[in-house]
Amino acid sequence: MLIVFYMSAAVAVLATMVAITRRHAVHALLYLIVSLLAVAVVFYVIGAPFLAALELIIYAGAIMVLLLFVVMMLNIGENATEVEVMWLKPHVWAWPSGLATFLVIELIYAAVHAPSPGGAMHVVTPKELGVALFGPYAIGVELASLLLTSGLVGAYHLGRRASREGELYSAGTDGRRAVSSGDVVRAGSDRTSHAA
Amino acid sequence: MLFLAVTLFALGLIGLLTRRNLIFTLLCIEVMLNASGLAFVAGSYQWGRPDGQIMFLFILAMAAAEVSVALALFLQFHRGEPTLDSDHASEMRG
Repeated sequence: MLIVFYMSAAVAVLATMVAITRRHAVHALLYLIVSLLAVAVVFYVIGAPFLAALELIIYAGAIMVLLLFVVMMLNIGENATEVEVMWLKPHVWAWPSGLATFLVIELIYAAVHAPSPGGAMHVVTPKELGVALFGPYAIGVELASLLLTSGLVGAYHLGRRASREGELYSAGTDGRRAVSSGDVVRAGSDRTSHAA
Repeated sequence: MLFLAVTLFALGLIGLLTRRNLIFTLLCIEVMLNASGLAFVAGSYQWGRPDGQIMFLFILAMAAAEVSVALALFLQFHRGEPTLDSDHASEMRG
């Protein structure tokens, strides 16, 4: 178990180090996903299997894919096809997939050599976690839901404003419309800062 | 374990200080949040209690909200000016 921990820690540090030095945002995202997978393996090893699953599903699955979508959206241009062809070259994805394969091997090893129940390590089960979450930490759950709602409303508001301004620019702006859109912008920023 | 968390946090901080691209800024913030969550889970492992893991859940929720709002802001910024350099974001309106 200890060797699995050290190896996945090494993979995490290595992938993060590579991720922050890439020039291309998509490469960096790939390496960061590998780093998150490594941290998930660390969670699994130190007795938090539920958090390992959550890290995979929410962090690597949802947040990183969101980032990836936005990076792809921002890169739309004339040379998009060339860029895609360049991304599909093996040297781009070979290293991240190699590191991820290493992590899968580690995980299989850890699952096969699982410690016997009643060992020294205390594995926190999802049930235990849920009892504590909705017992003494219920107010924290409410606050988190409030935060997520305000984040949802803020993101929707910003995105909607962007699309409306885009329509305005494409339709050709006259003075009155530009002024009114400025008012909308100001009111929106006020509201967002208030929500934050 | 804490050493790993500290290393990841330091890497995120270095990236945050050196990169000027907004996407990379967000990415490094993610690395730092993840490292602090790892420190919480390490504490939970040390004392065998679920409290640290609950803190990680809250960090996860916060990261999700933060990323969605930040990405909407980046789209907005990119629409006004086709760059993602944070040095260009030195002027505000309103």
